[in-house]
Amino acid sequence: MKTIHVFKIVPALVFLLVVYSCKNDAKQDLITNQTSTEVATQSQKGQAFIEDDSSTPNVLQIAIKSPDHTTLVAAVQAASLENVLVNAGPLMVFAPTNAAFDALQEGTVETLLKPENKAKLAAILKHHVTAGNYDKNFLKKFKKLGQADDTNVIVEVKGDDVYVGGAKIIASIKAGNGIVHVVDKVILPTSN
Amino acid sequence: MKIYKYQLLSLLGAAMVFTSCGNNNGQSGSSGALNSSAAEKVYVAPGEHDEFYAFMSGGYSGNLTVYGLPSGRMFKEIPVFSQFPTSGYGYSEETKPMLNTSHGFVPWDDSHHPDISQTNGELDGRWIFINGNNTPRIARISLTTFETEEIIEVPNSAGNHSSSFVTENTEYVVAGTRFSVPIPQRDMPINEYKGNFKGSLSFISVDPEHGHMDIKFQIIMPGFNYDLSHPGRGKSHGWFFFTTYNTEEANSLQEVNSSQNDKDFIAAINWKKVEEYVNNGGGTLVPANYAHNIYDEGTHTATTNMKKEVLTVNPLDVPGAVYFLPTPKSPHGCDVDPSGEYIIGNGKLSADLTVHSFDNMIAAIEGKKFDGEAYGIPILKFEDVLAGTVKSGGLGPLHTEFDGKGNAYTTFFISSEVVKWKLGTWEVIDRKPTYYSVGHIMIPGGNSAKPFGKYAIALNKITKDRYLPVGPEMEHSAQIYDISGEKMELLYDFPTHGEPHYAAGIPAELLAPKAKKIYRLDENKHPYAVTSPDQARVERKGNEVHIYMSTIRSHFTPDNIEGVKVGDKVYFHITNHEQDFDVPHGFAMIGQNTSELLIMPGQTKSSLWEPKKVGVWPFYCTDFCSALHQEMQGYIRVSPANSNIELSWSLGGD
Repeated sequence: MKTIHVFKIVPALVFLLVVYSCKNDAKQDLITNQTSTEVATQSQKGQAFIEDDSSTPNVLQIAIKSPDHTTLVAAVQAASLENVLVNAGPLMVFAPTNAAFDALQEGTVETLLKPENKAKLAAILKHHVTAGNYDKNFLKKFKKLGQADDTNVIVEVKGDDVYVGGAKIIASIKAGNGIVHVVDKVILPTSN
Repeated sequence: MKIYKYQLLSLLGAAMVFTSCGNNNGQSGSSGALNSSAAEKVYVAPGEHDEFYAFMSGGYSGNLTVYGLPSGRMFKEIPVFSQFPTSGYGYSEETKPMLNTSHGFVPWDDSHHPDISQTNGELDGRWIFINGNNTPRIARISLTTFETEEIIEVPNSAGNHSSSFVTENTEYVVAGTRFSVPIPQRDMPINEYKGNFKGSLSFISVDPEHGHMDIKFQIIMPGFNYDLSHPGRGKSHGWFFFTTYNTEEANSLQEVNSSQNDKDFIAAINWKKVEEYVNNGGGTLVPANYAHNIYDEGTHTATTNMKKEVLTVNPLDVPGAVYFLPTPKSPHGCDVDPSGEYIIGNGKLSADLTVHSFDNMIAAIEGKKFDGEAYGIPILKFEDVLAGTVKSGGLGPLHTEFDGKGNAYTTFFISSEVVKWKLGTWEVIDRKPTYYSVGHIMIPGGNSAKPFGKYAIALNKITKDRYLPVGPEMEHSAQIYDISGEKMELLYDFPTHGEPHYAAGIPAELLAPKAKKIYRLDENKHPYAVTSPDQARVERKGNEVHIYMSTIRSHFTPDNIEGVKVGDKVYFHITNHEQDFDVPHGFAMIGQNTSELLIMPGQTKSSLWEPKKVGVWPFYCTDFCSALHQEMQGYIRVSPANSNIELSWSLGGD
């Protein structure tokens, strides 16, 4: 009879853990690995979920660790783009700060984070990604960059500053699979 | 018991419902990987055979590996462009010439794209061709002996990447250059690349009886990078399609400078027109220097013939033979569907796939609807040739294969997935993740008019955590998917050897019955063969000593040899007298500066030993051939250079 007792409690626990994980994607892999089911392996496998603390952090790990990029990370998770950002790339990510997201029209972020807007959100995020790895100085050689959403962004040099799609690079961090340029604005695709 | 079951189900149910809310890339449903039916689908019981052969290119191993599908078991590594001590290929005197080039002996290459010979657009299983990318070469491998029979060097080429794909009746195996170079090679400034470097597309004819290759003509194209290619088939038979990038003709930092144009081209070549032109005396014979190496099965020996000229064709001299189809964003894979109607350019810096229509192309050519020209070659209008665009949302499309049921399967490197889509409607039907960063995909017959659409193999570039770690470098992972249903089902992971680029698969029933089991001793035409043990002998010619040796379980004849001196060049010529399937004998001599030999039943193989030390030195059989294998050995007495001991040899004291 004891066995039955335990099995009554476990489903409830799993239920709670899993519901919690929906609100907190960063922890989801841990939980679902423990509950190992077919669906869990489907959704939680991929390079983003490999434990590796000896390699240089990749662009995703850098963003996750940055307190200034919690909105960006939440957006990446909502768009299910984690595995893309840990790819061999090389990837150059223009990472808008929380302040940059806050500067958008009120309600924009909330709307984009809704599940029905996943594709739109993914497109906007991909507009911040280039297949390449160039430091700020080197970027001055470019007039434009081809972004992962299949559109271009303009590169402008003003004095010592480099602007990409109108957003200014305010810091740069080298990553294991590319580079993160922190930018002060969200780069919205121009309709073309 | 009933309660127990109920609770277990609710546990699973809760997990299944709620874990799907997260990072699933839009997936739904089961991966099948833990599913017992998936295990059954790849399980080949002990002693049973696989349904398909798969030939995986070895990349930087220079070789070709043979696998079984669906089990993922590796059966053989066929040495092609690389010395292979396991069999002595490239070490034995008979096989060294296979690796001769105009640059001398090149014991390695980077093998990329195997393709099986075809008749009427269908796999015929006679030969498989593969390209050496680094020192441009094309190899032909017999699918009877599973040995490399011929290698031809490709002059005026560099980075032989858009190769080695066959036309519908194996009229040609085609090789295109990835790196344009000065043609002919000369001393000139690198930064004068633009307009001066050229790209060659070589059409190598294949003799229908023996498979012997000969460069029929080379089309000398503008100095772009010709990345991949595929033949037209069916109605587009007679055409060949090549993706290009670096139409900017940049000579430095291509990752920036080759990505400036929004569109590059697919070059469409009407090779039948060029062939006709050449057959009527067209083209220019130019001086060249390239090796043609042929292995003769009768003598078990390869010979090298250095060829001194090649026929080149200026595309402007053959009006109507060459057109450019604008294709977005540095297209990589160039794939043609089984009907021959659709030509797919996988723009590696794009999210979308561009599908061109052969019919549209012909209509645009007939209507002379051109959008300018590049170096005199007409450019067709993108909108006129476009059939459709596949908007999948994936990132980094590379290659597409077909199942013969109207579906196409495209790999996406950056988003690590295979996307199944429908030809004609361009709608995405399914997508499944790969692990990780997939390059090519292979469906048996996927590059032919008749694919066998049961399995697809994703050939990944990155393995990371898929297997037990073995240090920083892992064998690349492959995944096999069941593609017989509407949705793909991941069945199994298996490691591959070297770096597989493309692969080719074929039903086992087309090859297995004709696989060679032995070489007949009475057909052995090797000049140093001994067809009976009483012919075994040792001969001296100056400081060369030739040992005519035979082997059979479990001894060498002779096994005691005296009269060899320091400074001699000793050649062992060993004939394996076994006439029994899968009973090779090996041969290795202590201190020999080369690899062992592995000699198949009925074969003769030779190796050189230059003894440097006085003494009595043993040799032995390296293949555990028999119960008395450990007894299979012999001795050679090496005397000082000035010794006058006569040559003598014996077995059992006779």
